[in-house]
Amino acid sequence: MKPGTRLKSAACDTEVMVIRCAEGTIECGGAPMAEARPADAAPLAADFSAGTLMGKRYVDTEGRYELLCVKPGKGSLSVDGVALVVKDAKPLPASD
Amino acid sequence: MNIALLLEMAAEAAPDRVGLVCEGRRWTYGELLAAARGAFELIRQSDVQYVALLDESSEAAVIAVFGAALAGVPYCPLNYRLPDADLAALLARISPALVIGDEERITRIAGDHGHNLLSREEFSLKVQETVPAEDAREYDPGEGVAIQLFTSGTTAAPKAAILRHSNLLGYILGTVEFGSADEADAALVVVPPYHIAGISALLSSIYSLRKIVMLPAFSPEAWLALVAAERVSNAFVVPTMLSRIIEAMERLGGTLPPASSLSSLRAIAYGGGKMPIEVIRRALELFPSAGFTNAYGLTETSSTIALLGPDDHRAALASQDPKVRARLTSLGKPIPTVEIEIRGENGEVLGPGEPGEIYVRGEQVSGEYKEKSALDAQGWFPTRDAGYIDEHGYLFLSGRADDVIVRGGENMSPGEIEDVLLTHPAVADACACAIPSLEWGEAVGVAIVLREGHDAPEEPEIRDLVRGRLRSSRVPEKIVFLAELPYNEMGKLLRRKVKDVLAD
Repeated sequence: MKPGTRLKSAACDTEVMVIRCAEGTIECGGAPMAEARPADAAPLAADFSAGTLMGKRYVDTEGRYELLCVKPGKGSLSVDGVALVVKDAKPLPASD
Repeated sequence: MNIALLLEMAAEAAPDRVGLVCEGRRWTYGELLAAARGAFELIRQSDVQYVALLDESSEAAVIAVFGAALAGVPYCPLNYRLPDADLAALLARISPALVIGDEERITRIAGDHGHNLLSREEFSLKVQETVPAEDAREYDPGEGVAIQLFTSGTTAAPKAAILRHSNLLGYILGTVEFGSADEADAALVVVPPYHIAGISALLSSIYSLRKIVMLPAFSPEAWLALVAAERVSNAFVVPTMLSRIIEAMERLGGTLPPASSLSSLRAIAYGGGKMPIEVIRRALELFPSAGFTNAYGLTETSSTIALLGPDDHRAALASQDPKVRARLTSLGKPIPTVEIEIRGENGEVLGPGEPGEIYVRGEQVSGEYKEKSALDAQGWFPTRDAGYIDEHGYLFLSGRADDVIVRGGENMSPGEIEDVLLTHPAVADACACAIPSLEWGEAVGVAIVLREGHDAPEEPEIRDLVRGRLRSSRVPEKIVFLAELPYNEMGKLLRRKVKDVLAD
C-alpha cells in the first residue's frame, strides 16, 4: 500500500484514494478494502454503515492515515476496526 | 496520484453539469473528461516528450492539461506574446512535442524541430472523435511532472519550472473543498494559459464544480459584458486589468450594462503584481457587494501561498488606525498548508517587522527547475522576493530581492521610495532602482511618469519630499522623467529596463 493507491470497498460502492497510510488494514463497511472489488460483496456491518461522502477526506486521530473519497457509498471507513473521521478543511476565499 | 483525478471526480459527481463556457460553446464535466481521454490517446500515439500549447485560452487548454496528465507527458503552455527568436529557443528546449495552436508560426520559426502540430480546431475535434480502447487505458499513475512552465525571465533567461502532480494536488486538495460551488456560480478566467494563475484557476474551479467562463483576449468592455451575460460570481484579475476595468466603468458610465447586472460578482481575487492602492480603494467603492482577495504566489509554488481576504479589505478601508489601513497593501497571511519565514543575508530567521527574503515550505512548493532544485535541505524555497511580516502576521512585499538597493551597506527597498513619490500630486507612476555610485557602490535613481496636465516638479522638491518622509540615504541622486514605465503584458514592471535608462 502506498499513497496514490485507489481502493475499493468490498461492501458498497465506496472508492478512496490513499493520501497517507501506515501498516494497518483499511476497511469500508467493516470489510478490508482492496484495489479490486471481490466477486461476492461482503455484508455491510451495522457499525460501519453511516456512508461516505464524495470529496471528503477521512483521517485517524494520530494523523497516520488520510483517505480521499472519490466515489461515495453506504459503508463508512475504518482502520483495524477504529472509525476514521472527516477532516474539516478551513474554507479559504477563492484566490484564483 | 494524478491531477486528472480532479476532473474524474467532477465528472463522476456531476457528469451533466456545465463545467466550461468558451466562445459560446458549453462543455459538461462528462464531455471534458471524454475529450481529455481522447487527448490521452492522441498523445500516446504521437510519442512525444511534451504537450505544448501556443494559443490563447480555449477549451484546448483544459483538455490538453488533463490529457497530458493521463498520458504522463508534461504539459507546457507557451507565451505566444514572446518574439519569434525567444519562442523558437523555448520550442527547441521541448522537442519533440505535440504543439497545439498557431501552426503557421510554429512551422515558420521551429519547422525543423520535429514537433507534431495541430491547430486548436483540429485538436478539439480529434479529441472528441478519439476514444481510447478499453484495454489501452493505462493512465499514468501521476508520480512525475505534470506541468512545465517557463518563467517570465524579467531578470534573466527563462527557467523551466516544473510542477509535479503531488505539488498541484497538494495545493488543490489542501485549499479547495470538493464540489463546494453552487450550481449558479461561475468563475471568469482571463489570465493567459501559460501563467500559473491561469492553470490553478482551471484546477480549482473544476474541483469545486464552479463553472469556468473563459475570456480568451482581455478588454474591459468584453470582461464587463461577460460578467453580466454569464452571471459571473468569481473573477481573478491582474492589477492592470482591474485598473482598466475601473477606468472603463468611469469613462463609459451609462453606456455600460447597469450596475445591477454586475451584482452577481461576489468575489474578485487579484495578484501577479503590485496593486496600486488607489485602484483597490476605487474598486472597493465600485463593487460594494464583492469580496476582494489579494493572492500572492509564484510559479514555483503552484500558485497562492498567502492571501488577504475580503474581511481584511473592508476592515482596512473602514479603519482610522494607519496600521490597519496599511493592510490594504499587504499580501495577507500564509495559507494554513504552507509555512513562511523571513530570512536575513546569512540565512538567519528574522523577527516581526525585519525586512529580508521570503522563504516558503509546503507540499505545493516545487521550487524545482528542470536543471536543478532550488530547495534547501529542509525543503525551504527562497522566493527571491523581499519582504517582512508585521507583528500581527501580515506579510508585506517590498520587491524582488535582486531589486534591493544597497547604498554603503544599507539595504533599501525600491517600494518604500516609490510609495513616497506617488504621494506627489504630479506623479502618476514611479520606479526606484540602484544606480552605480563611486562613493557608495550603489545609490538611488528614480524614473517618474507625470500625471497628465502637470508640469515636472523641480528636482529639489522631489528630494525634499523623500527626505521629509524617509532617511536621507533614500534621497534620489538621479531623477529622470519618462513618458511611461516599461511593463510586460501581465503588468510586471521591467525594472531591468528602467535600470538601463538610469545608468545612461
